[in-house]
Amino acid sequence: MLSYPTVRTSLIFLAIALVGLLFADIAITANNPWRDLGNFFLGVLTPNFFSSEGLLTALLRTVAFAFVGVTVGGICGFLLALVYRFLPVRIFCAFIRAIHELFWALIFLQFFGFHPLTGVLAIAIPYSGIFAKVYSEILEEADPEPGRLLPPGTGTITAFLYTKIPDCWIQLRTYTAYRLECGLRSSAILGFVGLPTLGFYLETSFSQGMYSDAGAMLILFYVLIATIPLWVKPKLLPVYILGAPFFLGDGFPIVWGNVERFFTQDIVPSPLRDGEGLAGLIPWLNELMVEQALPGIWNTVILTQIALVATGILTLLAFPLISNHFGGPIRRTSGHVFLVIARSTPEYILAYILLQLWGPSMLPAVVALALHNGGIIGHLIGRQTNTIRLRSDAPQGFNRYSWELVPRVYRSFLAFLFYRWEIIMRETAILGILGIYTLGFYVDSAIQSIRFDQAMVLILITAMLNIGVDILGRYIRRKLALQTMPTC
Amino acid sequence: MAGFDLSGLTASFGGERVIGPLTLKVKEGDQVALVGKSGAGKSTLIRLIHQRVDGQSSLVPQDLGLVNALPVFHNVFMGQLDKHSTWYNTVTLVRPFKQDRKQVLELLDALRMSEKLWIPTASLSGGQRQRVAIARALYRNAPVLLADEPISALDGPMAHHVMQLLRDRFKTSVIALHDVEMAMKYCNRIVGIQNGQVALDEPTDQLAAADIMSLY
Repeated sequence: MLSYPTVRTSLIFLAIALVGLLFADIAITANNPWRDLGNFFLGVLTPNFFSSEGLLTALLRTVAFAFVGVTVGGICGFLLALVYRFLPVRIFCAFIRAIHELFWALIFLQFFGFHPLTGVLAIAIPYSGIFAKVYSEILEEADPEPGRLLPPGTGTITAFLYTKIPDCWIQLRTYTAYRLECGLRSSAILGFVGLPTLGFYLETSFSQGMYSDAGAMLILFYVLIATIPLWVKPKLLPVYILGAPFFLGDGFPIVWGNVERFFTQDIVPSPLRDGEGLAGLIPWLNELMVEQALPGIWNTVILTQIALVATGILTLLAFPLISNHFGGPIRRTSGHVFLVIARSTPEYILAYILLQLWGPSMLPAVVALALHNGGIIGHLIGRQTNTIRLRSDAPQGFNRYSWELVPRVYRSFLAFLFYRWEIIMRETAILGILGIYTLGFYVDSAIQSIRFDQAMVLILITAMLNIGVDILGRYIRRKLALQTMPTC
Repeated sequence: MAGFDLSGLTASFGGERVIGPLTLKVKEGDQVALVGKSGAGKSTLIRLIHQRVDGQSSLVPQDLGLVNALPVFHNVFMGQLDKHSTWYNTVTLVRPFKQDRKQVLELLDALRMSEKLWIPTASLSGGQRQRVAIARALYRNAPVLLADEPISALDGPMAHHVMQLLRDRFKTSVIALHDVEMAMKYCNRIVGIQNGQVALDEPTDQLAAADIMSLY
């Protein structure tokens, strides 16, 4: 077994996570966590859809922000995909997608305030970077032969429209639809920093102990995501896209003085602002690194590694739930419901709920990340096992699981896991806003105490860390010759 | 440009020379059949000629090069994309103009598949797909036809019909064929390829089928 590189890699990652556990702050600190959890589930079972009109407005805003953000991101991303072969464009895209939506929102909030533009840009900017990368990968896959056969003198645009777009149309559409679903999740969590979407409503209900209201919101959100195929129809898309900007709400007007001050004063490192010059910059940076950046990086990396392995374990446990190699229709249906709920709930919301119930530690974050990502990968792997045809005398039960299925899906399982490594790290950083000591915590604290210069440096460090993990993940996938696909 | 005179044609794969160096002179009015064993280098030679004449030819490659997601009409229309402006082509993509529809339909009629005009090529049979690629070459209407096994997926009568059509529409052509009988019937010059070299080059009327069989 140990001679397999995939097994060795897995064991190394497992060992890192186990060592990480020694340093991690894993605990349940709430006085009565199980009673709170019980109350919460009671709330989900007795949802109250009519407590205020706020819920419907929040739902409408969530959809509107998602549509506008994803549309703008899609258009920009597509244009960037056309020039993606240039290195500066690649670096630019890697950079903007390495910064989480919530960080972008926190940045824009400082100078645009609660203007709809803040929410739209917070989604559109990172999504542009992601769209650019995936669209360019899809376009590269197009069959080059028809293009070579065109008569010389055919215009570039014409050639592109006739030979590239039709060939990639289905993949482009599928991926964009998937991103729209992600956009709805992103839009919902923007509420946690004060934008008028579902996250805001959830936080308000939770802080007042109104679990039935929170339950109603979660149920509506699942219904919204699960019914996407029913209400997002190609013919209706223009209506949504043109209509959405009118439902973003008014927010507050932009004060342009704030914008100017932000760029010319707030984000300038304080020693430079105070005229201490470069001599003052080094102690400033040093202090920032030692007191905030390094502890933040340390916690972010530990939490990421533990969450990554937890995601893997959960995936391996969860995929049989929907695999038709085991059990009957009842178990499979409930397995599907569990996985849909796990992957539809943004990890941020899961972490928020668990944190409220169990008290602050890394545990809620690990569980939230594992549930969400394990739900996604478990669904994909489970579906993959359904295409495997076993010989009719194949073993049953656990032997079937361990001898027939796991060996067959293990490589794609690892591929998905390493693909999501960077995503897990980006989320880990952002969960700091909820009070776990990852980089997001230090960014949020810096912003709360109006140290924007420090916040910007910390966000830059977070972006670099994400890019680093992305490169490492790709290196490992290449080393192990693992195939990946963009829609994950 | 109706004929061409190409010398020093060579091609290598993985360091191994598969073609040439060879010289091929084709005059206007030459309808050349390239014959030879599979693997002799016929396809490579067709590609080489296509590159050397800067695409000034109607090409029917062996793998057809269709855009599978587009209907037959657009795949054929692609043969004349250079004749129109970008906006014209873009509008055509959404809603083709009447005169183009008529022209393409006439071509498909000649190939006996006019009822397939709006069917995506992905859902056509192998023989129908081959005729779409031929229709595109006809629509392109370049002075020279370069075709690589253009009738490999067609049944007997249709194969004869298509070869007849190609002979009538293109005064000058180079067609790779493995069917010697077809080559002798529809081409006026036979070029035999063996081990990447020209092993035979004669007008058809001075050859007997047995002469060609020595290549196989």
